[in-house]
Amino acid sequence: MNEIFKKPLYPYRRSTDQDGIYQAHHPVVIIGAGPVGLCAAIDLAQRGIKILVIDENDKVSFGSRAICFAKRTLEICDRLGISDKLIAKGVQWNLGKVFFDDRQVYEFNLLSEDAHRQPAFINLQQYYLEVYLVERILELQNAGAKIDIRGETSLSEINQTSKSVQLGLDTPDGLYEITADWVIACDGANSPTRAMLGLDFAGRVFEDNFLIADVRMEADFPTERWFWFDPPFNKGKSALLHKQPDGVWRIDLQLGWNIDKKEEKKPKNVIPRLKAMLGEDVNFELEWVSIYTFECRRMEDFLHGRIIFAGDSAHQVSPFGARGANSGIQDVDNLCWKLAEVVCKRAPASLLQTYNIERVLGADENILNSTRSTEFITPKSGISRLFRDAVLELAENQTFARPLVNSGRLSLPIQYGVNRTFGPDNLDGPKVASPGSPCPDAIIAPETFLLESLSQGFTLLNINQVPKVHIIECGSTLTHLNVKASPDENTFLLKRYLGDQKMAIYLIRPDQHIAARWAKFDETAIRNSIRTSLGYNG
Amino acid sequence: MTRLNLDPNIKNADGFYARLLAAHEGLSKADSDSLNARLILILANHIGDLATLEEAISIAER
Repeated sequence: MNEIFKKPLYPYRRSTDQDGIYQAHHPVVIIGAGPVGLCAAIDLAQRGIKILVIDENDKVSFGSRAICFAKRTLEICDRLGISDKLIAKGVQWNLGKVFFDDRQVYEFNLLSEDAHRQPAFINLQQYYLEVYLVERILELQNAGAKIDIRGETSLSEINQTSKSVQLGLDTPDGLYEITADWVIACDGANSPTRAMLGLDFAGRVFEDNFLIADVRMEADFPTERWFWFDPPFNKGKSALLHKQPDGVWRIDLQLGWNIDKKEEKKPKNVIPRLKAMLGEDVNFELEWVSIYTFECRRMEDFLHGRIIFAGDSAHQVSPFGARGANSGIQDVDNLCWKLAEVVCKRAPASLLQTYNIERVLGADENILNSTRSTEFITPKSGISRLFRDAVLELAENQTFARPLVNSGRLSLPIQYGVNRTFGPDNLDGPKVASPGSPCPDAIIAPETFLLESLSQGFTLLNINQVPKVHIIECGSTLTHLNVKASPDENTFLLKRYLGDQKMAIYLIRPDQHIAARWAKFDETAIRNSIRTSLGYNG
Repeated sequence: MTRLNLDPNIKNADGFYARLLAAHEGLSKADSDSLNARLILILANHIGDLATLEEAISIAER
């Protein structure tokens, strides 16, 4: 077995909380040290908040699990200080090929966009992401950040009042209790927190099973995503082949509904299936095998008093489209600055309602896309299969049919649009940078990208104008970023932020989303939009 | 004569596809076939031009 799965990253150590006379109190407790919980810990710690993370385990998650990380996730990870490591280790890919029966019917290219610092996608085993996140936490701890990760510490009880949350924690040394102002439950699809609170998790299960295998092999398959509908080696079903670092390949094989999961997981049954796919003479070693059923579901509300759900604990999607971990990290991006403002008393607690509204929209979009992909990949009725096969037949020669081929719509961030927290939109500018959108990256000066130049708080992006007014609103200092754009200077900035306008002012939230925009600087309007973003005008 | 448009022409392709399948949801094979037949006739009438329809039929026959 890979050594990485055996090494304790945050071994259990007795905490002073276990020996105090009074219950210890923490401003924020995060349950679960997976990618979502660890990202949340870093984001909040970078904003000066004291954090306690608990996890029932003390190692990385077993198996590769989430392997595709999308551009928006990499942008968030850049803000959290780990994207360079992810990109150095990850496999970059942009070509996807779709096969039907024994022939290629379609291919797509997810070219990296010009003047974006991050690539469209990388493939990387989830355990590497977790290791890098823990390394980043150690780095922050060494620089004085107050982040405490407690391994082998599981939640045994949780209750809340309007004033605080009481948590019972179970450890190798027995139980102890703590209190917290806020709890973020990042404890996965089978969230114990959600179960203890008796909260809903409604949606639909797709009646099908998929075999997921990580295979270590030296093979000359190119660095591309290959998807098969109805291939000769898995008749009537689907298959996926995708490359990860270290010569590890991810293989997904659809198995159907009426199978014996325990039997199918045995190497003596897995290996012949893989040989049929890869060829008899290919040498490979099985690293991880799992069988699972797809489910698309979410909680009705992600916010329950002082307990906040993020990632798979709040919403679950089928994996085609890479919308699981990517959306969980976007939850963190949306939540943490808001929670930090609330904890620091610069915003009312009602600001957290906007997390619920925005990320429920995000989850619904992911569930919609993922449900449609699943229907195309595993048609649930005869007529659905008939149309699916007709689309694939036509796609080989007819370009019009290709947009209908759906082997997974790869994760893109949601555009929230103008609503009660985004706006106004007082610039006749490009749609890609309209309020409610994540900022598209651009080059703003030689070797300087826009996103890396934004502040941790609110930023005012001033294009072709230099306002000289220092603004502090509700305790938040607004950072000015003055840039120039013209047809011969910073053309992508021009294209993405000005269009045919001469100048612009963009108010950008701490999560790099565009709050509002104007043609000209207007202090009163800007102050008002900051208050709206902070939940004061709701 | 209008030429048959064989370029991608549906703005929200996934939305259309989902709507098409939703129309068939719960129908028997016979009812689905008859829904398809009605749909083809409605769309053919919208196209109108026989040469264009001829071209569409021959592509579907291939």
